[in-house]
Amino acid sequence: MITREGWIRFGVVAALVAAFEAACRFGFIPRTVVIAPTEMVVSLWRLIESGEYNDDILSTLRNVLASSLLAVGLGFMTGVLIHALPRLRAAIEPLLASYYAIPTFMFYPVFIVVFGVGDRAIIAIAVLLSIVAMITSTLTGLDRIPRVLRKTARIYRMNLPARALLIDLPAAAPYLFTGIKLSFAYAFIGVIASEFILSGAGIGYSIAYTYNNFNNRNMYGLMLLVILVATIANTALDMIDRRLQTRLRR
Amino acid sequence: MKRSGDFIFLLIGLLLVWQGLHWLAGDIALTSPAQTFAHLGKLLATARFWEHVTETARAFSFAVLISLIGGVGLGALLGINRTSGTVSEPILIALYSLPKVTLYPLVLLCFGLGISAKVAFGAMHGLIPVAIFTMKAIMQIKPVFWRTAHAMRLTPRQMAMTVALPAVLPEVMSGARLGFSLTLLGVLIGEMFASQRGLGFMITAAMGLGDIATIMAVAVFLSIFAVGSNALLLMVDRAAPR
Amino acid sequence: MAFAPAGNASSPPPGEGVVHARLTGVSRFFDLPSGAKLHALGPIDLDIKRGEFFGVVGPSGCGKSTLLDVLAGLISPTDGEVWFEDKRVTDVPDGVGVVFQEDAAFPWLTVRDNVAFGLRRAGFDAAETKRRVDYAVGFMGLNDFAGTYPAQLSGGMRQRVCIARTLVLQPRLILLDEPFGALDQQTRLLMGDELLRLWRETNATVLLITHALDEAAMLSDRVGVMSARPGTFIDFVETKWPRERDSRIVSDPRFGGITARLWEKLRVESLKIMGTQAGHK
Repeated sequence: MITREGWIRFGVVAALVAAFEAACRFGFIPRTVVIAPTEMVVSLWRLIESGEYNDDILSTLRNVLASSLLAVGLGFMTGVLIHALPRLRAAIEPLLASYYAIPTFMFYPVFIVVFGVGDRAIIAIAVLLSIVAMITSTLTGLDRIPRVLRKTARIYRMNLPARALLIDLPAAAPYLFTGIKLSFAYAFIGVIASEFILSGAGIGYSIAYTYNNFNNRNMYGLMLLVILVATIANTALDMIDRRLQTRLRR
Repeated sequence: MKRSGDFIFLLIGLLLVWQGLHWLAGDIALTSPAQTFAHLGKLLATARFWEHVTETARAFSFAVLISLIGGVGLGALLGINRTSGTVSEPILIALYSLPKVTLYPLVLLCFGLGISAKVAFGAMHGLIPVAIFTMKAIMQIKPVFWRTAHAMRLTPRQMAMTVALPAVLPEVMSGARLGFSLTLLGVLIGEMFASQRGLGFMITAAMGLGDIATIMAVAVFLSIFAVGSNALLLMVDRAAPR
Repeated sequence: MAFAPAGNASSPPPGEGVVHARLTGVSRFFDLPSGAKLHALGPIDLDIKRGEFFGVVGPSGCGKSTLLDVLAGLISPTDGEVWFEDKRVTDVPDGVGVVFQEDAAFPWLTVRDNVAFGLRRAGFDAAETKRRVDYAVGFMGLNDFAGTYPAQLSGGMRQRVCIARTLVLQPRLILLDEPFGALDQQTRLLMGDELLRLWRETNATVLLITHALDEAAMLSDRVGVMSARPGTFIDFVETKWPRERDSRIVSDPRFGGITARLWEKLRVESLKIMGTQAGHK
């Protein structure tokens, strides 16, 4: 079931890609700058088939997954803790509000010096980038639990663990999921960017490496891979998110 | 009064955490707040530091102008029509959540090394969130506002000035703040990856030398600038008549 | 089959006339952020008899909901005592069901699972749970929506879900806080009929808070009129309706008299809230 807007959207994207393809094929864009989209697809297919970059792809995905899980877990726990301590929250709130303004990524070199070049520095900076989205979402979720549901829990004479599990958690769930979605997107950005700047493995590192060696074909194949993985994963999470919002929010 | 008290509390807390981490990690890994600020003071007195700042500021001001004007323009264009808004929203959000560093080689190949690549990269980061916020703001103007404006027989110009603009302003301002921060990040990452000048380059160069004091000093300098501008924009936003 | 085992619906329930819930000298104060104390309620002395349908009307902000919270054991009174079935109320007592003014349906559960929630908590077996849920869902006219989520229902339907969820536990005292506040007039009258039917079938004691005078006059055996804050009872009106009744009694000649008397008392209190200039004539 695809809406009218869905079809138009598909058409728009297809038309843009086709125009891009034509511009490359007819020489409006020089091959030394960008290769045609179909060539990117062929290149991506070849490098997956050859297995040349399998280790890098796996390393990136592993780091994204580890960072997202850490950010979601730690962010949720921190959010619950801050929510339980109003004084601490009042003090921390301005930091949370302006956190995204801080170019957190500039601290990546510090982590490299602390942890050395490798997965740990990458995961640390990716967690730092994504954790605040989860903390903020957790706080919003806990704030938005309707008071009447807490009252209802008391009428059913539920104790704190039962209430937390059966009322608070499902009531806050849509907001928590928004946090999970954002954490994933930021973790992905953080991991790729770190690999790009300085690391010895990963898709981001491979793109930088192929760029430095003028290997445009592999570079654009990998670039397409990142775009596809990020877009598919983010769109899927976004769709689940929207479905949850319509079911749970009133 | 209570708010500023909380803020001072927060600052002291952050410095304490930083000092604690310094004790844990040691001098080589993480300089202490005192050492960092002392080093920053020394840097601020050198002409070279200000050359880098000027370089970054130049690229950033171009990029932020493109982000804001382009973003508001694009958002308004797409948001004015319901269908174009609904069609483009997921595309914009997908572009927003893309790890844009990936595209940096493309930018370099198009613009070459130098300031234009940095500007393009900064604008790539900042333009889309501004467009998303503007578009959503326009799409979410209550239909009853338009009907009221029609009932008062306002001209299109009057409608835009007295109804549409005040209705979208708060959202557009939030978008502008986000766009401002992300453009800065984009310019800096651009400088880190491929540039011989600017604060981003300073950080990468220091990273190569293991010069943690400079990394920390520059990062703190940037954070203070970013948070300060954000607070300033927030004040402008709050002072604006609603 | 019904909510409660008791037999003949038209005869009065056993034990009628016995005090079921009692408030003695109950007052409630709230601490304001400024440090001052707000006297919200009381002092109140009130006996609600077993099987009685007791209506409460009062001007907005007079502490009606506070009265309900105190009676349900959700908050404790600052002064005085609350008794239910000869036991002092300190926490939510067993046998009390509450339907709140706000939408309290769990949005993450289907209508069926919402209604079954309390039964599962209380450890009823699957067969008994199913029996009671089926009956309540049917009784509330929710059969076609059993598998849907509250977000897909209208406000009135959601409130039915909450009523059904409360009833399946067969509470002996049902507290309703403006349950039909969000509904249109016609639906209110019909929901009132359902409520009367339910009250007769379950033999429960009912306390209904409402701001609609006609609703109070039509449904209640006795209506308590509350004063402006701090809320106390300034009048009790016995309606003397037969137990077997429905919304058609609005055409009874006595109905106008009852609402008129309620309004006469309430008007004075409402004017106090609207400000003195409005009361000047």
